[in-house]
Amino acid sequence: MTLTNADVARLADLARLDLTPEELSVMAGQLDVILDAVASVSEVAGDDVPPSSHALDLTNVFRVDEVHQSLSPEAALKMAPAVEDGRFRVPRILGE
Amino acid sequence: MSYEELMDYDEVMESYDPALGLEVHVELNTHSKMFCSCSTQFGAEPNTQTCPTCLGLPGSLPVVNAKAIESAIRIGLALNCSISTWCRFARKNYFYPDMTKNFQTSQYDEPICFDGQVEVEVDGQPFIIPIERAHMEEDAGKSQHMGGTTGRIQGADYSLMDYNRAGVPLIEIVTKPIMATGPQAPAVARAYVGFLRDMIRALGVSDVRMEQGSLRCDANVSLMPKGSTTLGTRTETKNVNSLRSIEKALRFEICRQGAILSSGGQVVQETRHWHEDGAYTSAGRSKEEAEDYRYFPEPDLVPIAPSREWVEELRATIPEPPAVHIAGLNKTWGFSDLEMRDVVNAEAVDLIHATVEAGASPQAARKWWMTELLRRANAESISLEDLPISGEHVAEVQRLIDSGLISDKIARQVIEAVLAGEGSPTQIVEDRGLTLVSDSVTLQKAVDDVIEANPDIAQKIREGKDQATGALIGQVMKQMSGQADAAKVREMIIASLAS
Repeated sequence: MTLTNADVARLADLARLDLTPEELSVMAGQLDVILDAVASVSEVAGDDVPPSSHALDLTNVFRVDEVHQSLSPEAALKMAPAVEDGRFRVPRILGE
Repeated sequence: MSYEELMDYDEVMESYDPALGLEVHVELNTHSKMFCSCSTQFGAEPNTQTCPTCLGLPGSLPVVNAKAIESAIRIGLALNCSISTWCRFARKNYFYPDMTKNFQTSQYDEPICFDGQVEVEVDGQPFIIPIERAHMEEDAGKSQHMGGTTGRIQGADYSLMDYNRAGVPLIEIVTKPIMATGPQAPAVARAYVGFLRDMIRALGVSDVRMEQGSLRCDANVSLMPKGSTTLGTRTETKNVNSLRSIEKALRFEICRQGAILSSGGQVVQETRHWHEDGAYTSAGRSKEEAEDYRYFPEPDLVPIAPSREWVEELRATIPEPPAVHIAGLNKTWGFSDLEMRDVVNAEAVDLIHATVEAGASPQAARKWWMTELLRRANAESISLEDLPISGEHVAEVQRLIDSGLISDKIARQVIEAVLAGEGSPTQIVEDRGLTLVSDSVTLQKAVDDVIEANPDIAQKIREGKDQATGALIGQVMKQMSGQADAAKVREMIIASLAS
């Protein structure tokens, strides 16, 4: 598996990461190592082993539809960098 | 204002066939959110219904609400869908402050319900709506854009976020392309969303209030030259908040796209926003480059595998389609099409049904619910079913009238008192002593007194001026404090003056 710098640039863009060309090259190399390591799993897992997305072999873990105590608005908003009128204040969403 | 070039609708239809695609989001009416136990109550103070899970705080873990799964399956069954035997949630990654996690927990290639179809009718003509899928996801928070002049995201300086709605369970219902509707396309779309609203209400799984956003519709439409089978470029119109707007927005888009295509241009694939006030759509985000949400299976949730026994149990709870239900009822009620449409629009079907079940005639039931009670509900801006009066109460009031114990006028007082919480109609009539005085001796005495006190009027009646009777009836009724049968009083006055 070989990732190109263009692949990494696209991933960085999707993740809203601003990387320099040098950083892109470094990341491409590191991500390649990670992908190779993960790919080695397929050497031992045959076609009869379906890919799993969860560590536990469970289904249907549900909770009853009951309302429990929420955080107080003070507690919820305490973590916000900026608050106005009981709400989280966030910077402008669309650019100029 | 719209500056778009538009083509006459009928002209567009001469050259093009529209294809529709509808995406409807339904907010479920569970008590708690999809993945946490925060309340879903609409209209609470901002950020009073949040917790580490729906705020996306590190270390928090989601757990699926069983009721939401049940509701999703029931919606799927009502849409004649297959129900998945094993499916997963997926993360839809995007950056926008309405979701603090930077992803929405949704479903991707394994929807819980798929491959369904429903039939709707427009002007007596049936149309099949093929359903692609109905999947589960969570709603996002609500943003208010501050600064700028319009309160819209464009030109805003900053935004304020309320996460009460973040994590409320949603079902997204997606159709396959709806073809071969011809000029009826906008009406078919409206009929389909109306069907969903009525059916989901009958299932009892959502409030389905378009104005409150618990049912939201995104309408896709494209045009292809008549005879072609290749779909044209589509646009997706958002922010359509009523059945009427769905029809109008699609009509507008068809006229706009028709003008572009017929002058040799190309429709841009984009999101468009519907403006209710000016009745037009405007360009939003361009979708030329397909968005990449980097979907992947949600690692914090285990798969959902509804047992076939559970699915069959739920299938037994699916009510018949609303149109079938209503048509069946009206077979015995015998209302005209227009009367029935009013009843349906006023959401009085179930109330009238209960009233008839409790013994009233369909006509009497309709009369009370569609006049007196509808007026009261409208005055208070609430729906009929929220009035504190039942079908049994209304049937009881009608029974009291039919047996001659109270007049129509007194009945109105009784209903007033029921609404004020004074008890059952019979009890109110007894407590207030409202029964009509049918005792002839007492009535005759009042009639005689009134005739004696009004010799001029009495003379006019003797001379054949029937309309003068009204004045005497009024006085007798006054003496009896309204508790007499006016028709009977009239008879007695005429009889007394004739003798």
